[in-house]
Amino acid sequence: MEQTAMMEKSAPGRMKFIVGGLLIVAAVVYLIVSSTQASAQYFLTVDELVAKGESVKGRDLRISGAVIGDSIQYDPQTLTLSFTIAAIPGDNKEIEAQGGLAEVLKQAVNDPNRARLVVSYNGPKPDLLRNEAQAIITGKLGDDGVFYANELLLKCPTKYEEAVPDQAGS
Amino acid sequence: MLANFGFGALLITLLISFYGIGAAIYGVRRNQPAWVESARLAMLLTFPLISIAALSLVVLLVAGRYELEFVASVTSSSMPTYLRITALWGGQAGSLVFWSWLMSAFATAVTLRRWDRDREFLPWVIVVSLITLAFFLILIIFFENPFERIWRLPNGSFVTAMFQPAGAGLAMMRDGQGLNPLLRHPGMIIHPPMLYLGFVSFVIPYAFAIAALITGRTDDRWIRITRRWTLVAWLFLSLGLILGGRWAYDVLGWGGYWGWDPVEIAAFMPWLTGTAFLHSVMIQEKRGMLKHWNMVLIILTYCLVIFGTFLTRSGVLSSVHAFAQSAIGPMFFGFIGLTFVASLYLLLQRWDSLKAETHMTSMLSREALFLLNNLLFLSILVVCFWGVMFPLISELFTNQKVTVGPPFYERATGPLFAGLLLLMGVAPLSAWRHSTAKTLGRAMWKPFIFSLLVGVLLPLGLGVRHWAALLGFWLSAFVTSVTLYEFWRGALARRRKSGENLLLALWRLAGRNRRRYGGYVIHLGVVLMALGIIGIEMFQTETQGTIPRGGSISLGDYTVTYQSLAMFDTPDGRNVARAVLSVEKNGRYVGELHPRRDYYFESQQPMTIPGVRSTMEDDLYVLLVDWMPVSSQGATFKVYHNPLVNWLWLGGFVFILGTLIAAWPEKDAEEAVERAPRSAYAGAQA
Repeated sequence: MEQTAMMEKSAPGRMKFIVGGLLIVAAVVYLIVSSTQASAQYFLTVDELVAKGESVKGRDLRISGAVIGDSIQYDPQTLTLSFTIAAIPGDNKEIEAQGGLAEVLKQAVNDPNRARLVVSYNGPKPDLLRNEAQAIITGKLGDDGVFYANELLLKCPTKYEEAVPDQAGS
Repeated sequence: MLANFGFGALLITLLISFYGIGAAIYGVRRNQPAWVESARLAMLLTFPLISIAALSLVVLLVAGRYELEFVASVTSSSMPTYLRITALWGGQAGSLVFWSWLMSAFATAVTLRRWDRDREFLPWVIVVSLITLAFFLILIIFFENPFERIWRLPNGSFVTAMFQPAGAGLAMMRDGQGLNPLLRHPGMIIHPPMLYLGFVSFVIPYAFAIAALITGRTDDRWIRITRRWTLVAWLFLSLGLILGGRWAYDVLGWGGYWGWDPVEIAAFMPWLTGTAFLHSVMIQEKRGMLKHWNMVLIILTYCLVIFGTFLTRSGVLSSVHAFAQSAIGPMFFGFIGLTFVASLYLLLQRWDSLKAETHMTSMLSREALFLLNNLLFLSILVVCFWGVMFPLISELFTNQKVTVGPPFYERATGPLFAGLLLLMGVAPLSAWRHSTAKTLGRAMWKPFIFSLLVGVLLPLGLGVRHWAALLGFWLSAFVTSVTLYEFWRGALARRRKSGENLLLALWRLAGRNRRRYGGYVIHLGVVLMALGIIGIEMFQTETQGTIPRGGSISLGDYTVTYQSLAMFDTPDGRNVARAVLSVEKNGRYVGELHPRRDYYFESQQPMTIPGVRSTMEDDLYVLLVDWMPVSSQGATFKVYHNPLVNWLWLGGFVFILGTLIAAWPEKDAEEAVERAPRSAYAGAQA
């Protein structure tokens, strides 16, 4: 008896909860969708960037490439950093197929025919920036064809993965 | 030799795990407790056995046996012994061994508890724990073996293998490459173990949940048993996250503590579901509701724990943490998928027996607000998951890789975190079952007025005009006043009843309701952390400049003056460039800072260590960016002013303290539960 009374009472109550829940879900979906649109960054390889050219100017982009050591220039007075990156494949599988990240970076740096991109950045020089590092750069492509970065992420795969014994024999 | 020994120990553990799984299932099926007991003993053995393997590896690391590829990749002769020991979790293969070691410690610990009141859970807890352990052992033995050595083949090339290839000789290396300098920080030495402890200890509540589903004993017994396990898991996970933030602040040199990096998020996601779980189990205990929900939460937490380990270890996402790409990615993916589907299947099987005993009636009742809290935590989880998976999803559908950065997370989670703070203020004052706006208002108006004075008028008076910061300060003040008001009311009531003085009443009150008042202390910790986060996120300022010796940079009230720079080598293989800066605040000398740059010879990697002046009001955080050759003697500095940031670390302490209070054992924790029949091996047939 008490059970049924409770069920009856809870029917409109349930409705309230369902509506409330749906409102929350809608709010969260709105938050996610609008925030995604506001801060999406397109992940491109240097090849793709060169191919798309004009159409991606002004967009937030994320570019991955191999740092060419000789091109690194840094002016500590103005904290202006500039360097060139060479195209590497964007796909992990492709990188593995070509012999691993370290090998791919090495080839990219030593191949003058690869697509290249000049990067400009204002700020402290990252500790890991050097020849054959992988740079993941966030920023925008300028009208002058230079990529203006506002964030640099660097990875040096060579040191921690590939041990080359320096002396053999036992 | 020792390498073979360690590897053998791992192999035997794997075989014993398989035996344990088989024996437990057979014992239940045939209703033969002796087999289950044998499985229990098998699980008991896993910890000593993996200890042998882990200790072998540690000995090899300390002895500098560089013929092992793993040893060569994470240690070098110049590293002190304590760093060589901690190098165990400095690389992929070793950290998997470490993970398994901790996992086996928990598995062994759980076999030692008193099982007489819930024997029917035992076989299934064994099965779940050992399957998890076996999965990691398989990964280590077949894919990421730290005991592999480097061999030189007769043709002069090198291979890495566990056993000697025909005709090959052992390649001897003079020195290893050393641990990544970034990982040589005290915070980084404790941070991974804490995180891993948090990860693995969530396996135990999950194992009990699955045992409850399989046996059909779907009352809240499993929750009561695992309450402390869950709190301990949560404690370690929280500690790991806080220490990770501190490490980033001290070492990574970008003036921040949290960068919404996929790997940070990977550790944060199980914390979110775990926190939701901690709250919602209270509703099941008090009101017999949300039983399905709790099962879903613990299953999600377990999968996210494995997923977190997977994200750090697979290289599927670009991140500073994911320092390796490897073949174990698909294995993880398969394991997560399999456990998730199997768990959900079990849950659906028992769906009807998990029906709620009552319904929610009032939208402002404590249980409804707890449910809302759960929805908010899960919403943050969805935001995080979406952000991490978005590159993969977009690539799948548009063939275009699109990523979202920190602004996405900040924008999408900001309102949700604010909502959680508000709930933290309201929920403690609402009643179970039934609450109305009127009763809530009556309970709330005093702390509310007080919070307006402290949280809005005070910052306004100090010149804060940013609306979001004002809202944040008000919410913090509101939660603080409500929480302190709760302590006050409770202590007053106790004094009236018992005649104790107020302090004693407060002490006894908290001691008798550790979970509740520990929880309140945690809330206070969260509020303090929120103050620090508001300070650094909204009021951080920075400047940079190149100055000659004797020159100055000003930022806010501070002026730093470049005094001198020294360069020297250290015996542990670094070249250090250390600048001396004098700091003045409003024209008054307050001290010296020594930002420096350490260059590690063997890894050829520099590391920037900030000079920091910390007070409760703010941090002055200076980086040595670059310096000129001796002749001109100028140097470049980057200066950050981080207001209130130390409240974040203080809040972290309070948070951990609160968790310890809540998790502290109570004498009569399990006495209220009635005895279960002793020979209840009904198991799957029931």
